[in-house]
Amino acid sequence: MPQISQILETYASQFFWLLIVFGLIYFTVGRVMLPKVEATMDARDRKIADDLAAAEHARAEANNLGDSGAADLAAARTAAQAKSTAAKTKAAKDADVRLAKADAEISAKIAAADAELAKATAKALSGIETVAAEAAADIVAKVSGAKITSAQAAKAVKAVMTNG
Amino acid sequence: MAGESGKIDPMYQFKIEPLAQLQLGGYDVSFTNSSLFMVLVLGALWLFMAGGMKREMVPGRWQMAVEGATGFINNMLTANVGPEGKKYVPLVFSLFMFILMANFMGMMPFGIVPGVHPFTITSHLTVTAVLALFSFGTVLVVGFWKHGLHFFSLFVPHGTPWWLLWLIPVIELFSFMIRPFSLALRLFVAMTAGHIMMKVLAGFVINGLNAEAAWVPLIVSFPAFLLMIGITLLELLVCAIQAYVFALLTSLYINDAVNLH
Repeated sequence: MPQISQILETYASQFFWLLIVFGLIYFTVGRVMLPKVEATMDARDRKIADDLAAAEHARAEANNLGDSGAADLAAARTAAQAKSTAAKTKAAKDADVRLAKADAEISAKIAAADAELAKATAKALSGIETVAAEAAADIVAKVSGAKITSAQAAKAVKAVMTNG
Repeated sequence: MAGESGKIDPMYQFKIEPLAQLQLGGYDVSFTNSSLFMVLVLGALWLFMAGGMKREMVPGRWQMAVEGATGFINNMLTANVGPEGKKYVPLVFSLFMFILMANFMGMMPFGIVPGVHPFTITSHLTVTAVLALFSFGTVLVVGFWKHGLHFFSLFVPHGTPWWLLWLIPVIELFSFMIRPFSLALRLFVAMTAGHIMMKVLAGFVINGLNAEAAWVPLIVSFPAFLLMIGITLLELLVCAIQAYVFALLTSLYINDAVNLH
């Protein structure tokens, strides 16, 4: 076994080179490169933790905003509903008032028209009597040659019209 | 690799051969194939880590791999030692990655190039002993630095009955002192045994194919080859597990030193 049979010839060389190589490894890899790698890892871990915290914060904020937004929306909806109800009530009232006014106007107009109509009828009727009396007097004159006064004629027409 | 006689020697792979002679203060510190593989491991580790140094907020695959490795050791120490364990991440990470890369480097198929063969640094007791001493030495230094002589209370666990006070500390001290040996031997034995088994099975395949009788390849080489595939996969698993075990035990021992019992 060379590890044991050669030990006396080779131990110095083995120790010497191992000390050099392991010393280099310890002081370059262990003391210089390793801390840099670990610093990178720590920086990454910290960044991830920070980012997660920021995301959590943003999420909470967004939740808050959403909640308050929903509340605002509900309030706005209630207000709008109240306003629209009020407007509807007011519009109905206005319509009633205007309708009543229009009714009154129309009734007045109808009444006036009726009165005028009655007046016109009466006037027309009296006109007819006069014309009939004249016609009767004329007819009498033509038929009998007797002259009758218009007062007699009118009396006769009236009598006929009242009876007839 | 084939030895002098044409036979396959499963031990040849562990042989240390000098590549460049070097003397320092009367000691032979030649640059050997073992040293070469240590440098290869160092280069591979630098390459691996450099790929993870882009420091992007959204990591790519390579950066993910590097961060997975560092995060793995970081979690291990945080779980076993607590917040104070962070201080020992560089040491445990260096140990873990060095052992892991060395184990895997020994499994690389460099053998397809004639005359080259992979060398597993961690299959050498001299190497695993030094690594275990780094681990054990850290525990001693940290323990006495933090707790002074109070560190010896580690050998008297809470709830020890008074009539066992003469025995328990002795057992605890023994189990404490055995730690570097168990750390070093576990890694050394696991890597050595696995690599010997792979070489022996590979020898079956090659010797069977070279045999005179026609039935030998079918009966010996083919099953050995199938087994070889499984053993290779198992050995890759062992490479990772041994590095993990070394790092885990080191972190547990550091926990003893930092928090006592």
